Amino acid sequence: MPHISLPDHLPGITGLLEFSQDTATPIRDLTQILLRGESSLTQGERELIATIVSHNNECIFCTSAHTAAADLLLGETETCEMVKHDLDNAPVSEKMKTLLTIAKMVQKSGKSVTPEAIANAKAQGATDMEIHDTVLIAALFCLYNRYVDGLASVTPADPSFYQYLGERIVNHGYTRLPQGYDHLKKS
Amino acid sequence: MAYIQLPEGAVGMRGLMAFRPHLAPHLGAFTEGILCIEEGLTKAEREIIGMFVSKLNDCQLCEGVHGAVAACYLADNEALIEQIKEDYENAPISDKLKALLSIAASVQKGGKHVSESQISKARELGATDIEIHDTVIIAATFCFFNRYIDGMGIAAIEDPEVFRQRGKMIAEGLGYAPKK
Repeated sequence: MPHISLPDHLPGITGLLEFSQDTATPIRDLTQILLRGESSLTQGERELIATIVSHNNECIFCTSAHTAAADLLLGETETCEMVKHDLDNAPVSEKMKTLLTIAKMVQKSGKSVTPEAIANAKAQGATDMEIHDTVLIAALFCLYNRYVDGLASVTPADPSFYQYLGERIVNHGYTRLPQGYDHLKKS
Repeated sequence: MAYIQLPEGAVGMRGLMAFRPHLAPHLGAFTEGILCIEEGLTKAEREIIGMFVSKLNDCQLCEGVHGAVAACYLADNEALIEQIKEDYENAPISDKLKALLSIAASVQKGGKHVSESQISKARELGATDIEIHDTVIIAATFCFFNRYIDGMGIAAIEDPEVFRQRGKMIAEGLGYAPKK
C-alpha cells in the first residue's frame, strides 16, 4: 500500500505525477526532451540507459516499464535483457557499452564516475553531448526510482500492464495525456 | 575539471545549464516548484532536506549552496545548519522535521529503504501526505542533482563566501527558475 493516499487507478509513477501536477509538468517536459527529443543517441538507446539504472536501483515498476519501451523501440527483447544482466556481452555498440557503464556508475553515485570511464567513452567516439545526456538520464532515473519506491506506489504484477505502459511512452511520450487519466478508472 | 567542455565563466550548476540551455527552464521550474513554496513545509525546511541529502551524497557544491540558502531563511543561523549536518537528532529543530530527515536519509540510500515505521512516526508528529510526499521528492531530486554535478566532474567551490552570496541571491528572490 502506498505511504500516501494516491488514486487507485494510477499505479507507479502516474499516480504520483497526478498527485503533484504542478511539479509534474516540468519534470515530464524534461523527460520528454531527454528521452524523445533530438539526439545522436536513438530513443531505444536512451531507454536502455533508463532501464539499466532502474534495474540496478531494483525499482521493479520503472524497470518493467522501460524494458517494455526499449523492447518496442528495438523490435526485440534480447538486447535489453542482456544489457541488464550481462552488459559486456550485450549486442550493443562498444560506444553504448561505455555509456551504459557510466550510467551504472551514476546509479551508485556521482562521485563513482571515473575519469577513465569518461576517457573510454570518448575513445569509442562518444561526444560531450552523449556523455552529458547519459549522466543526466541516469541521474533522472535515480530520482524517479526513489520517488516511486520511496512512497511505495503500487507495482502491478500483471505483465500486460507494462506492455500497455511501454506502448504509451513509445507512442505518446512522457507528457501528460491531454485527456487526463479518468478513462483508466475501473467502472 | 569537468569531464566535458562547458562554456567558460559559469561555475557550478550554471555551467551545465549553459551547456544545454533548453533544459534549463524545465530544471529551474521543477526545482522552484519543490523548494520555493511555503505550503506544508517551509522553504527553510525544504532547503534543509536538500542540504542534508547532498551531504549524505558527499556533493560539496549542493551542500554548500543549499545550506547557505537555508541559513538565509533562518536569520543567517549558520550554526544551526552545521548542527543539523553533524547530528540532526539532537539539533534544535522540530521532532516532525527530524522524522522527515530520517525519511530523506532512507530515500538517499534507495526508495525501498523508507519503512512503514518511519512514515507512521512522521504522521504521529503531524506530517501530512503532502509533507511526506514533498520530503521524498526533494530527497530524490537531490539524489538527481548531486549525481548530475558530480557525475559531470564539476569542480568543488572552496570559498564559503561564494555559497553565502549565492544563497542570499536565491533566498532573496532569484529562486531557481531562469528569469527573463
